[in-house]
Amino acid sequence: MISFNLLIVVSLAYVAFLFLVAFAAERRAKRDRGRWLRNPLVYTLSLSIYCTAWTFYGAVGYAARSGFEYLTIYLGPTIIMIGWWWILRKLVRIGKTQRITSVADLISSRFGKSTVLGVLVTLLAVVGTTPYIALQLQSVTQSLAVFAAEPGSGWDGRDFDSAAVWIAVGLAVFTLIFGTRNLDVNERHHGVVMAVAVEAVVKLFALVAVGVFVVWGMAGGVGEMLDRIDAAVIAEWHPVPHRWVGLIFLSAAAFLTLPRMFQVMVVENSDEKHLVTASWAFPLYVLIMSLFVVPIAVTGLDLLPEGSNPDLFVLTIPLTTGNEGLAILSFLGGFSSATSMVIVATIALATMVSNHIIAPIWLSSTQQGAALSGDVRGVIVLSRRLSIAMILMLGYLYFRLSGGGAALAAIGLISFAGVVQVLPAMIAGIFWRGANRIGAGTGIVIGFAIWAWTLFLPSFGPGAVLSEAVMAEGPFGLAWLRPYALFGITGLDPVIHAVFWSVFFNTVALVMLSVLTFPNPMERLQGAQFVNVFEHSAGARTWSQGAARAEDLLIMAQRIIGHGEAQEMFRQEARAQGIHGYLPEVTPELIGRLERTLAGSVGAATAHAMVGQLTGSAAVSVEDLIAVADETAQIVEYSNQLEAKSAEQERTARALREANEKLTAISIQKDAFLSQISHELRTPMTSIRSFSEILREGEIEPEARSRFAGIIHEEATRLTRLLDDLLDLSYLENGQVQLDVARGSLASVLDRAVMAAGLSAGRLVLNRDSTREAVQIETDLQRLTQVFINLISNAAKYCDAAQPELTIRVLDDGDLCQVDFIDNGTPLDADAQVLIFEKFSRLADESKAGGAGLGLAICRQIMDSLGGEITYLPGQGGPAFRVTLRRAAQLAAQ
Amino acid sequence: MKGPRRIEYLERDTYRQRRYRDAARALPVFATILFFLPLFWDWEAGTGIRPSVLIVYLFGMWLALISLSALISYLIRFSDGDSRDSPTEGDDR
Repeated sequence: MISFNLLIVVSLAYVAFLFLVAFAAERRAKRDRGRWLRNPLVYTLSLSIYCTAWTFYGAVGYAARSGFEYLTIYLGPTIIMIGWWWILRKLVRIGKTQRITSVADLISSRFGKSTVLGVLVTLLAVVGTTPYIALQLQSVTQSLAVFAAEPGSGWDGRDFDSAAVWIAVGLAVFTLIFGTRNLDVNERHHGVVMAVAVEAVVKLFALVAVGVFVVWGMAGGVGEMLDRIDAAVIAEWHPVPHRWVGLIFLSAAAFLTLPRMFQVMVVENSDEKHLVTASWAFPLYVLIMSLFVVPIAVTGLDLLPEGSNPDLFVLTIPLTTGNEGLAILSFLGGFSSATSMVIVATIALATMVSNHIIAPIWLSSTQQGAALSGDVRGVIVLSRRLSIAMILMLGYLYFRLSGGGAALAAIGLISFAGVVQVLPAMIAGIFWRGANRIGAGTGIVIGFAIWAWTLFLPSFGPGAVLSEAVMAEGPFGLAWLRPYALFGITGLDPVIHAVFWSVFFNTVALVMLSVLTFPNPMERLQGAQFVNVFEHSAGARTWSQGAARAEDLLIMAQRIIGHGEAQEMFRQEARAQGIHGYLPEVTPELIGRLERTLAGSVGAATAHAMVGQLTGSAAVSVEDLIAVADETAQIVEYSNQLEAKSAEQERTARALREANEKLTAISIQKDAFLSQISHELRTPMTSIRSFSEILREGEIEPEARSRFAGIIHEEATRLTRLLDDLLDLSYLENGQVQLDVARGSLASVLDRAVMAAGLSAGRLVLNRDSTREAVQIETDLQRLTQVFINLISNAAKYCDAAQPELTIRVLDDGDLCQVDFIDNGTPLDADAQVLIFEKFSRLADESKAGGAGLGLAICRQIMDSLGGEITYLPGQGGPAFRVTLRRAAQLAAQ
Repeated sequence: MKGPRRIEYLERDTYRQRRYRDAARALPVFATILFFLPLFWDWEAGTGIRPSVLIVYLFGMWLALISLSALISYLIRFSDGDSRDSPTEGDDR
């Protein structure tokens, strides 16, 4: 007889061993970064949490009741595992590159980091998983009850509920210690995974031991066993097609969507290659797990009295046959199955609850409330611990309130059917870019509602939630809404019926709404990253570990809004917090401001999602945000670069074009200038040469000789003047001229100019108004005189009137002083007005001009350097020039 | 979006790798068919299939699939060069 105390001691020792294993694994992980733990065997074994106490104990009961149908629960996952290339490979890659923390995170992240979807999936998971946790507690208490019921166990078996409490508390302690030990960004829990792997070995070993005992110990071999099976009640079994197909589908789908499976398969996966091994090793594991189920069931049905619970055959067969050691081993196997499931499921759910429900609520409440200096990390750890405690409490409450028993045993498949509602969104999310948030959300809500109506609520028993009248006749007498016969289809098993309709309408809603509505940019970005994950990520990225820090935020901000602006913003924020430097504390204000600032660059939705994601879970590191930011920034930067480049090229082209035009114009000017100057030099030179030749020949009359010499002199003078003018102009143009600024009256300057112009008396009549000329000016008087001389002598030379007259009119206009020179000759036409100030421009090649045509060009240069100007004044009845000069010495650049 | 350039003819080794991937894709399809096969059997009590046959069939098939999967896992190179199967998947409108 096993004393109950012995059982407790063994259990406690086993639990202590598990704690040790987990501690050791954590230590190893810390020391060598878990390399030792990263092996495909551990990964495969950790997947075995699929086999819970429900399968450990329940599969035998299932086989005893429904024959080989229990196999469907294993065949579904087998198909998924050997088809790893299709879905799992992609899920794992996405999980790595997008740093997914849970199945809710996957769906939320895929559909534009939607908070609502995260909450939906989390609620779905909690509702679907809580009964399952209750089921595990029940199975452990039931197995304890089996031992307690044995005579001489030394236990009165009064208080199983307190046992459940202690189990729940123990599990909570383990999960709290190892589940929130490190806020690892990868959400990887080495201790837990290792403990789960050990438990996987224990439960496999236990079941195989019982199986071997039954087949070889009791039946006497394989052949005998097969004969026994053919002779048993099971022999009358035949597959019900819709159940067979439906259950395989259900288990395959649940394998992908169960939060705990997603946790071990995707989140805890440390190397994609492990999947390759698991693709055959895990099916092998479940094959072995299911191999002895029928033999145990058949033996149990033979051996044990009518009415014994077939769910506990695994325990009762060894006990009845007196194999106490085997019974304890079997108990430990069931215990392992239950505890590992509860631990992993609790961690998975706690991550979801804290990331998608508690953290957003906390964030919104603190944003509205007073300014808290937010330690996001601490809050997340706390919220995760609270979530763990809460979930385990929920499971315990469910166990207590449902009262255990058959109703609870049926919950396994019901639970599967609930979480499977995530499947359409998951599959569409990774294979169809067009799937969007509205479609996914509506699909999940509809599927969840149908599941609740057709399966979950009726599962509490007739009259518990739904009245018997509703079950039989439908709500309000609407027969087509009967929970077990939607649309009047009655031939289906309730589970299959519920799965079919819920998944069907879920998928229809997803597809239809995705087709009809439009996703936001974030969804499209995420959609592309998920669906094309193999294009976007050459390999799994290795993430540096660590939670959100101001520096990370700064890096992210810099990547989006640019270095200068981001640094300035952070510096201001830091100064406001009284911190020197660029790194302020991460407070709600900072986050709010950051979000607003980022929204300016990447749009409000993206910014909100980025910052929201960051603050929604501190364990989610910033790198994934950076990945998004990077992508956006890269696109923005690339297009900016392109724009800048094309603008630059345009500018360069324009500059080149202008330079080319200028060069061409200058070249033309230079050619014109050269030809002009050679012409100007040639004419006097020709005269000088020819007359000097005549003089050299001799035999010329003295009178003629003197005339010729006069011509030569005159031409030489002209040449000299021309060269002087050229030099003068060259100086003026190069701004080399030195100005000699002095004060004087305008009248005296004009007087000097008139005298120097050498007007032959009576030839040109001057009209002057001496009163208006009495203006004091401060400028280079010599140069100004030169301009005036030029203008006066021009008038004398070119005025073609019979009686030439020159009017000199002074206009004193405050600062400026205008001097107009108007003669009564023929006015210049429009073309000439423009050309007149150019070098070598002469209106008509009248020989009397006697100049090189540089006069006005020189005048303009002089006026420029004096800070004034000389312009042609049209509409005065004759050629008119206006000299504008400043009265005070505000000289132009010298 | 434009997918990466496809190469029409491959080296022997690469070609073989791609066929292994095809095998990895095909295996679950065959598995599903084989697992559904018992539905078509004659389950008439007494005259039909005996449960032991189902046990042998299912577990045998199961083991065969596991072995094939193990073989493929051994042959397949699980790394880079994934680009081939993606361009067909990710065409956005």
